[in-house]
Amino acid sequence: MTAMIQMFSYHFMQRALIVGILVSLCAALLGVSLVLKRYSMIGDGLSHVGFGALAVASALNLAPLAVAVPVVVLAAILLLRLRQSTAVKGDAAIAMISSSALAIGVVSLSLSTGMNTEVSSYLFGSVLSLSRGDAVFSVLLSLAVIALFVLFYPRLFAVTFDESFSRATGTKTELFNTLLAVLTAITVVLGMRMMGALLISSLIIFPALSAMRICRSFKAVVLTAAGISVLCFLAGLLASYFLETPTGASIVIADLLAYGICRMVGRK
Amino acid sequence: MAILECRNLCFAYEGKQVLEGVNFSLNAGDYLCVVGENGSGKSTLIKGLLGLKAPEQGSILLSDGLKATEIGYLPQQTQVQRDFPASVYEVVLSGCLNSLGNRLFYSKELKQRALENMERMGIEDLRGESYQNLSGGQQQRVLLARALCATKKLLLLDEPVTGLDPIACGEMYNLIKLINLCDNISVIMVSHDIHEAVRYATHILHLGHTQLFFGTAAEYRQSSLARRFLGGGQI
Repeated sequence: MTAMIQMFSYHFMQRALIVGILVSLCAALLGVSLVLKRYSMIGDGLSHVGFGALAVASALNLAPLAVAVPVVVLAAILLLRLRQSTAVKGDAAIAMISSSALAIGVVSLSLSTGMNTEVSSYLFGSVLSLSRGDAVFSVLLSLAVIALFVLFYPRLFAVTFDESFSRATGTKTELFNTLLAVLTAITVVLGMRMMGALLISSLIIFPALSAMRICRSFKAVVLTAAGISVLCFLAGLLASYFLETPTGASIVIADLLAYGICRMVGRK
Repeated sequence: MAILECRNLCFAYEGKQVLEGVNFSLNAGDYLCVVGENGSGKSTLIKGLLGLKAPEQGSILLSDGLKATEIGYLPQQTQVQRDFPASVYEVVLSGCLNSLGNRLFYSKELKQRALENMERMGIEDLRGESYQNLSGGQQQRVLLARALCATKKLLLLDEPVTGLDPIACGEMYNLIKLINLCDNISVIMVSHDIHEAVRYATHILHLGHTQLFFGTAAEYRQSSLARRFLGGGQI
């Protein structure tokens, strides 16, 4: 217990705790819609775009988050458009964009500084190295994501469950699909700091999948996913503190265990 | 009085015409069945009526205060919906979306409307059940209750009995007829099953890239088109 108190007496731990909980919540809420709409891969694709943007920003000495958020938001909208067009298949579009972004990132890095700690922290995550400014920025954005999700909950449910019905009854489905993509983009960029570009998509997908195993209603799935996500984050953070393992990877392992438990408990 | 009138409707995909020359009107209380072979333009017409696809030519006139967004629509089910974790109540309530206006959340009246429509469809006991665990017939009732939440005047049903067993099929047809007669809600139904269509509907629209027939079900039975089409079914 004293070890825990001591652990959270560090400023960097407090920041990690607050930002981590909020980002986990965002990821879980959006994850349910993304998984159900078969958009899971978008989170993964966006994380690569995010890495590319951060690498370019770092090469040009620009503020990383301020560059990455708009770039990833644009990429999200583009991915959504590509999915709807028949010219390129959705999954191929994602693969195309994500590997191109990764390549651009790697080339711009090699032309400038090479792989520095900043960049590798975005690849594998380092929630403990959050600066005060980054933390404030992350808290504000994730609160905005959660607020928008709650306010538009009935419409997001309808658009997720049955797009053509929603459109026929006059809901602007494109607007809400775009909203979903933009919120996902923001969450991905924020989550990259914690999880790293390589692991962020698991933060989005795992809690939703776990909750779907044990819940019957959409609301219950959303709430359970949020709960699982926060619990797994806490478990991962504690494990990484006491066992000195990387935070992002520890959180993913906690999520994997939670999924296993839900699978065993669930009826299907 | 006509609540819906189509004049010389024409639909095309990427410049290629798939349906042309559609002229019909629907009065309050009518039960119109749209029949025709696969690819004859039935689904396209439905999309046009719902405003999901703009016609190439012609016009769709709605009157009697009916708006395109106030048509209760029962779409063909997609694979996503079959394993979607949502309770029956949540699905039915989402039919009230078009009454939401600028509000963010469902009011008490809308929740009440969802409950009433669940009772009408005899699914009030399933309220908390998960949609994905229901039988095919129950799922269709849920979607019908949702469609009723969205309208007071016109229901549009796209192949509502596909994949149902004969008993569930018959129940579904009776339920639709009941809604049509008791609540005076007009029905437009797309169907493969021409025999049932002629039995339940008041009017028939037969499509085959163009309008082959429009008239009452009784007239349709006398037509040479129907004799060929119905005869083909009774081997």
